[in-house]
Amino acid sequence: MHELSVASAVLATSVRYAEGRPVEVVALRVGALRQVVPDSLRFYWGIVAQGSVCEDARLELTEIDTRLRCDGCDHEWELGIPSFRCPACGAGEVAVIAGNELEVDYIEVRELAHA
Amino acid sequence: MHRTKVKIVEDVLDANNTIARANREDFDRHDVTVLNLMSAPGAGKTTLLECALATRPEGVRIGVLEGDIQGAYDSDRLAGFHIPVVQLNTGSGFGGECHLDANMVRSAMPSLPLHNIDLLIVENVGNLVCPAEFKVGEDARVMVCSVTEGEDKPLKYPLMFRACELVIVNKIDLLPHLEFDLSALLYNIDQVHPDVETIVLSARSGEGLEAWREWLLRVAARQEVPA
Repeated sequence: MHELSVASAVLATSVRYAEGRPVEVVALRVGALRQVVPDSLRFYWGIVAQGSVCEDARLELTEIDTRLRCDGCDHEWELGIPSFRCPACGAGEVAVIAGNELEVDYIEVRELAHA
Repeated sequence: MHRTKVKIVEDVLDANNTIARANREDFDRHDVTVLNLMSAPGAGKTTLLECALATRPEGVRIGVLEGDIQGAYDSDRLAGFHIPVVQLNTGSGFGGECHLDANMVRSAMPSLPLHNIDLLIVENVGNLVCPAEFKVGEDARVMVCSVTEGEDKPLKYPLMFRACELVIVNKIDLLPHLEFDLSALLYNIDQVHPDVETIVLSARSGEGLEAWREWLLRVAARQEVPA
C-alpha cells in the first residue's frame, strides 16, 4: 500500500512537468531506504496513470544502494543489515549519503505538432 | 513529432512537504506544538492518549486529531475527556489511504480551535510504512511499538524507526507471558536509530507512564526535542 501512495506522488510530479504532452517514459530514482517494492510500484502505476497523460508511460526505476558516512571518523560503508552505527568506531552520528532518494529524475514527452 | 527529455530531479513528496511546512507555520503562529503519533495497528496509540489525557498535564491544553481509514471509534473513546477532538477518515481514496498526509491535516485545521490548544496530538493511521513518508506539519514524531510485535521490527521497518524522535515500547505487562527478548528489541532500535530516546512502559499497568507524561510536558513547553 505504500507503493500506491508513491505511485500517486510520482504521477502528480510527472503530470505537472508534462504540461499536457503525452509522456512516454518516467525515470525514477529510488533509494533502498525508501522500501519501495518495484513490482508493486509498477502495478499501482498502471492503475493510477489511467486516463492521464502518463497512461502509456513506461516507468523506469533506478535502484540506489544505501551508503553511510560516519560524522566522527569519516568511514564510509554500504548498508547491508540495517545497522546505522559506524562499524569502524561505533558512533551513532552518521550521514546517509545515498539511499534516501525518491525522485523523478526525468520524463520523456512526445511533442505534439502545432495545430 | 519528436520526443523531448524533461529533466526534473524532484522528490516526489515535495508537494506534501510544502503543505506540511505551511501547516507548521500556521501551528507555530498559534503556539501549538504538534506531535505525530504513529504505530502498527493495535500497538496502543489511543490507550496512550487516554493515559496522557487522564492526568491532564498541568496547564497544557491538549487537542487530538484522529486519523482512521473509517469509523469514529477512537474519537468516541476520547469524547469523555471534553477536549477538542477532530476525526479524519481517509477512506475516500482508492481502498482508503493508509496514512494521513499534510493536505488532510490542513483540511481539518478550520475545525480545530487552535487558540485553545497548546499541544495537538495527531494520531496517525495504524501502519508501519506510509506514515513515515508523509510529514503533516509536526514538531516531533513518536512511534509506539508493543512487545507483542516481535524484536525484529526495527530491522524490518527502519524507515519508521528512523523517522521518529521518541520510541515508546508498550505492553511490557505482558512480558511474563511472552517469549520476548526486550533487550534484543532495544538493541535493534539502537542499531537502526542510534541513541534515539526510548520509553518502556505499560499503558495498562501504568508502569513507566510517568516518563511519557514528562516527555509530553517537555515538548508542550517547546523545549528542545533531541533529534
